[in-house]
Amino acid sequence: MGAGMMKSLILHLAVLVLLFLLQFVISDYAILTLTRMMVLGIFASGFNILFGYTGLLSLGHAMFFGAGVYAAGLPIYHFGWSVPLAFVFAIFMSFVAAVIIGVIALRTVRDSFMILTLMLAQAGYLAILYFNRETGGSEGLTMPQASRSFDFLGLTIDLTDAATRYNIAVLLLAITIVVSFILIQGRYGRLFNAIRENEARTEMLGYNVLTAKLFSFTVSGTIAGMAGAAYAILFGYIGATFAGIQYSIEALLFTLLGGAGTLLGPLLGSILMTTLIDRLSEVTSAYFLFLGLILIALTLWFPKGLLGTIKEKWLPWLT
Amino acid sequence: MTDKTGNKTFNLTRRTALKGLAAGTSLILSPAVLRHGLAHAGETIKLGAPIHRTGIGAAYGRWYERVANAAVKIINDGGGINGMPIELIIEDDGTDPKRGTEVVEKFATEYKVDAIFGQLFSHVVAAAAPRAGELKVPYLMCSETHQLAAGGFSRYAFQPGITDVKSQIASMAPWVSKNLGKKVTMIYPDYAFGYGHRDFFSAAMKEQGGEVSTLIPVPPTETSFSRYFPQIDPSSDVIYHVMVGPGVLTFVKELGEFFGSSHPAIFGFVDSIEAVDLATPQLSFLEDSYFWEAAPRYAQADQTEFDKFYREAVGVDANGASTSDPKDISTYSHMFSVWETLFAIKSAMEAADYKGVEQKEAFIEALENLGTMEASNEHPQGKKVMDPKTHQAFGVQNISQVKSSKMEVVYTTTIEEGMYEPEVDYSKMSL
Repeated sequence: MGAGMMKSLILHLAVLVLLFLLQFVISDYAILTLTRMMVLGIFASGFNILFGYTGLLSLGHAMFFGAGVYAAGLPIYHFGWSVPLAFVFAIFMSFVAAVIIGVIALRTVRDSFMILTLMLAQAGYLAILYFNRETGGSEGLTMPQASRSFDFLGLTIDLTDAATRYNIAVLLLAITIVVSFILIQGRYGRLFNAIRENEARTEMLGYNVLTAKLFSFTVSGTIAGMAGAAYAILFGYIGATFAGIQYSIEALLFTLLGGAGTLLGPLLGSILMTTLIDRLSEVTSAYFLFLGLILIALTLWFPKGLLGTIKEKWLPWLT
Repeated sequence: MTDKTGNKTFNLTRRTALKGLAAGTSLILSPAVLRHGLAHAGETIKLGAPIHRTGIGAAYGRWYERVANAAVKIINDGGGINGMPIELIIEDDGTDPKRGTEVVEKFATEYKVDAIFGQLFSHVVAAAAPRAGELKVPYLMCSETHQLAAGGFSRYAFQPGITDVKSQIASMAPWVSKNLGKKVTMIYPDYAFGYGHRDFFSAAMKEQGGEVSTLIPVPPTETSFSRYFPQIDPSSDVIYHVMVGPGVLTFVKELGEFFGSSHPAIFGFVDSIEAVDLATPQLSFLEDSYFWEAAPRYAQADQTEFDKFYREAVGVDANGASTSDPKDISTYSHMFSVWETLFAIKSAMEAADYKGVEQKEAFIEALENLGTMEASNEHPQGKKVMDPKTHQAFGVQNISQVKSSKMEVVYTTTIEEGMYEPEVDYSKMSL
């Protein structure tokens, strides 16, 4: 392991430890809201594998978040599945969805890829509305009381407890960061970067670009799906909005704001944007206008996002 | 800044921008600013109102906020609740389930409010109400949703200010089948709001010996409706329509073009035209058609003194428009729920001698035991009966006919016509 990689590893572990320790000093509300930010940060991290590291811009990643939400929520709601089983099932279904959609979408490139992912996500959203008797449609479904606590490995997990939810979110974020770190630092990570920088050259060098892109797409969709499953389980509600286009755009904005191609960028983007919306909405209902202005400023002066710029200027070893 | 040629230029460097961003962010995140709800805890009743200021529910939210402010002013001018003034904290929930839940969590844990009220759209309520229950904060919806009475929430959730949609719809069926006909074609939005109408009205008509022969769901994103009209059963006695949003103008205009002068009876829910001026030319086809209204938008000849008082307090004229802007049409059949909810809170807190969260359980029990709330300045829409088991209030409904681009009430239901067997008993649940 090189010195740069070691620095990067220590930084990421330090951030995870800091997030764990924060729960002992921050307010009750901050715990609640940071839990949600971390789950959405995981979603954006999944998106970032595809966009930030492989250079493929999907405009439909909400379909995977939504797949996770519904694949976890529907079995719990309709069949009374246990929460851990539904969670694992949702990750598996997100994986399957990512493979299938990846095989279809990766036949296209650039603009066509963006449009196709957008359209496929919209088809998923409309399918949720179409099967409204099962999915609850746009109104959604509130998870049954029985699913708000469960036994796991001899422990009783109470999902109504803020600290429990927070620690589950930290754990899932840690898993995401560690898995992503290993992936990005490894052979496939370098291959993803090569595809991002020059796909044609990578192919000419003899690499199977399509397989690598499908791998990236699958990892990305599965992580996004895991975030969706976590959201459904932790917050006890599933609804069609989570598969809507605004969530695809949110993943993109979180990543752009925090820094595409950095592991912590999406989380930082999620924290900053959610906090800005929360605070600005206290004083104006035009908070999206101000958010838009901030994003324009960012695009002009920090085209690589906050951590992306820091990486470029000062910390080239940042993963 | 001036460049070498003497021209003034605006040169913002990356460093300056970074500093600016950092300063702005610090300011916004600073607890020293914007924290009105934290400023003075103590001798007030803190009520949090997550309002649909933006998003699909913004037309409703605008009026919900005005009504909330008007009711709070009257309560505070009259000495508040148990001697304590109400501190009303309003924040936008974006008519979004995620944001709606975040705001509820914020009210419960940061502002530490005594109760939360005011959410309307059912998908927001479905996400937020359970979290309010988990945070053990009383949550009073102004929504019409049936999810509460269906047992979907917790003992902390109430709907004391407005009848739920199942009751509203069920109470319409006897009159529709008796006066307009027994065979109905339904045109409804293909999302949650429409499904309630589809399911409840179909069942209610069946009970009356009638039937909904054709169901025509229309996607909410639709902008032209002509292609759906050939699906209308030509033998239908009644077309039942309920649409929400700006599409309604096109919908009605195209329906008129499709039918011309000869058409089945038309019955709709006023939700189709809430916040829309009935005198709009595109709506002329609705002349003589019928609407459900919870509260008559147009002041009736037999207007109650209570409606008069309420109308004046919230700034609505006899045509249901803002007194300051006749083009600003109210959401009159929904917004009274905010008013009545606030007075229900007041009544229950007084019954519980509520001074603070220590009396929260007594407050919950008092809400369950609100019993009959007579028509009054506090309940201008009419008498309500609170069901302690379902936490749902039941009230009268009106059927109005469009005459000269105004609506005249032709029938007012009894409360009993909308009652149904309780599907849940929240009062037996633990707090």
